Amino acid sequence: MKYLHLIWASLFRRRMRTILMLLSITIAFLLYGPLETVRSTFASFGQSVAGHDRLLTMSKLRPGAPVLPQSLYSRIQEVPGVANVDFSYYFGGTYQDPKNAIPLETHTDTFFDLYPELAVTPGGREAFQRTRTGVMVGVGLAAKYGWEVGDKIPVETSVTRKDGSNVWTFDVVGIYEFTEAGMKVWNSIVYVNGEGFDAARASDSGKVGWFAVKVADGYPVDNVAHAIDALSANSDHETKTQSENAFSAGWIGQIGDFGVMVTSIMSAVFFTLLLLTGHTIAQTVQERIPEFGVLKTLGFSGGAVLGLVLAECVLLLLLGSTLGLSLATLAVAFASSLPAGALPFPLQPLGGAVWLRGLTVAILIAMAVGALPALRGLRLRIVDALAGG
Amino acid sequence: MSLLGSLVQMISVTSVGIATIPKRLGASAVVVAGIAGVVGVLVGLLAMGEGFEKTLHQTGADDRVIVLQAGVLSEAGSTLTRDAPAIVSQAPQIRKNDRGQPIVSSEVLVAATLRKKSTGLEANIAVRGLGERAWELRPQATITAGRKFQPGLQELVVGQDAHRQFSGTDIGATMILNGQSWTVVGLFDSGDAHNSEIWADTDVLASAFRRGSGKNSLVAQLNDAAAVDAFKAQLASDPRLKVDAQTTRQYYSRQSARVATLTRVFGITIAAIMALGAIFGALNTMYSAVAARTREIATLRAIGFRSVPVIMSVLIETMLLALGGGLLGASVAWALFDGFYASTQGSGGQVMFAFDVSPELLLKGVSVALAMGLAGGLPPAIRAARMPIATGLREL
Repeated sequence: MKYLHLIWASLFRRRMRTILMLLSITIAFLLYGPLETVRSTFASFGQSVAGHDRLLTMSKLRPGAPVLPQSLYSRIQEVPGVANVDFSYYFGGTYQDPKNAIPLETHTDTFFDLYPELAVTPGGREAFQRTRTGVMVGVGLAAKYGWEVGDKIPVETSVTRKDGSNVWTFDVVGIYEFTEAGMKVWNSIVYVNGEGFDAARASDSGKVGWFAVKVADGYPVDNVAHAIDALSANSDHETKTQSENAFSAGWIGQIGDFGVMVTSIMSAVFFTLLLLTGHTIAQTVQERIPEFGVLKTLGFSGGAVLGLVLAECVLLLLLGSTLGLSLATLAVAFASSLPAGALPFPLQPLGGAVWLRGLTVAILIAMAVGALPALRGLRLRIVDALAGG
Repeated sequence: MSLLGSLVQMISVTSVGIATIPKRLGASAVVVAGIAGVVGVLVGLLAMGEGFEKTLHQTGADDRVIVLQAGVLSEAGSTLTRDAPAIVSQAPQIRKNDRGQPIVSSEVLVAATLRKKSTGLEANIAVRGLGERAWELRPQATITAGRKFQPGLQELVVGQDAHRQFSGTDIGATMILNGQSWTVVGLFDSGDAHNSEIWADTDVLASAFRRGSGKNSLVAQLNDAAAVDAFKAQLASDPRLKVDAQTTRQYYSRQSARVATLTRVFGITIAAIMALGAIFGALNTMYSAVAARTREIATLRAIGFRSVPVIMSVLIETMLLALGGGLLGASVAWALFDGFYASTQGSGGQVMFAFDVSPELLLKGVSVALAMGLAGGLPPAIRAARMPIATGLREL
């Protein structure tokens, strides 16, 4: 630490050059932050620990479409190894403005038994079961529209009520939150009391989009999935049952191979940065060779000079990456605050994991670009150095 | 001094600068590589969006119309009543073939689940049922291996992109669709988005998927593009029909609009930010280059060279490096990405498309490189020209 002043002084020896380098690095990490966030959002999309033995049964031909009969419910319950079943119907709505699209899902009482990891406001669960017009809103939506427990929210939907209206007025009875990183993408949905909804709709009641099934401990997940699919084999509503994690991975994979794309862009960005910074640092060290000679004359060992050069690189990269990641955090927070639909998918906030990986990458790059110039400093003979290298 | 004199000065200063580039090979190479990186990323990302757009754009034609249920935007969500295809086919604007039959095809679009070769994961693929005159309707589609499916049989022909992407689609393979087995009898190439589909006989497919006689859409070949409005008016005036017609060009272009815009915004944003970083790098290198030549430039000015030729010489040098970077980046992007296949979710199933690195795109990449060269070269050039001569001469 006592050399910090020396390192700082030599780093800003040529102010303009260092500032330009710093900006270059800042920009690389400004790109790294959001890209890494996109990559990890995709990689962990909908993945959770509980999702391994939670099964989703959907229409084989039109996954998620409300084409399954509700009568399947009791038959799935009787399949050996099925601990709990919930069924759901998905529909779209808008709140106040046609631009404020809101996804809604109906659920049964057992939903919260199937998703024990779901954090719910106190008393919300009981109120959801009791209130036929009750809805549980995701923490993301609640924050966006300022919804609180007790609010009445009018939602215009594609589903017609028995009274002929398309506007459903729901009572907010609770706020839920998924805390696992991969599941956070589901924090902006409105869960609707299924029984009350089904009774109030004008047509199409009794249609189900998907069943969620909790497999009892000790039963092989695959066998239970096969047994459920066998119930509708050769019917006009054949089903496909798979674990929630497998479903999420397949669903996001259909959009495209984002992992490969984003990784290639990041490689190109860092390759360019490494080259530009590495070259400028090498040049700086070259110009300062007489100075290193002076340091060595004063009694600094070769290792100390090597350490000083490396420390300078690390400091430079850490400064640049911190600046870049801070800007990136702001940028991602801004992008997430845009109205729904502006982004093709909800983005996870730029969290500690991305920061940690980013700073690690920064230190590795510092070591890589500093190594060669630092070695020069180490091997330097005082006489040559004082003579100008 | 005359303009010619300035020009001569500029050429001589520039040639000294360029002649010394080999001595500063490292620094110059860094500028070239930095700019090449930016251009490569820009061209690659834009080529993706353009490739997708082009594939869907080609799928349509201005004189081929698609008739869907009124108010429905996508084929998969549309249902035509049983008698609608017959009524629409009688429209006089529809072209007739040699035997006097209207060139139309009433089509069914369903999804099948197949395993992708690349990931081993299951994904949806669009299966299209074709009417008997569909091959006259889409003359661009040709059988590349095997034969066409026979009407009335459970036979399939597979688009060549679908064949490339999904396993179990070879000729002779048996495929289970809605619990029934179908045989692959051929492969086809249509050069457009249909290459990501599987084709079968429309009536056989409809009954296998329990669609009855209802179809999703009717595609018709009109006499010419000018007949589109008359055709639309004809359908609108018929009280028996509740349908909308649009050209297939409009229909498929609309599908690509969102993805194309998204990749364009994404690509330009990333490249713009990256370009800023590379400009900082170029500035650094050119400031060093000017600093290294301080004495030389001061001497030139002392013996009568003026500022403008000095500025121009530094600028030209940077622009030449930028041009090199732009060409390098564009060629690498072309070599890596032109014809590179990717897939995404379309309305019926996975759509495969090839990246399209067009000459316009390459030109765009090179112009961006030159703009970066200008931004990175101008400030150091001005500094070189404005330095007091006496100070410059005293520099080591």
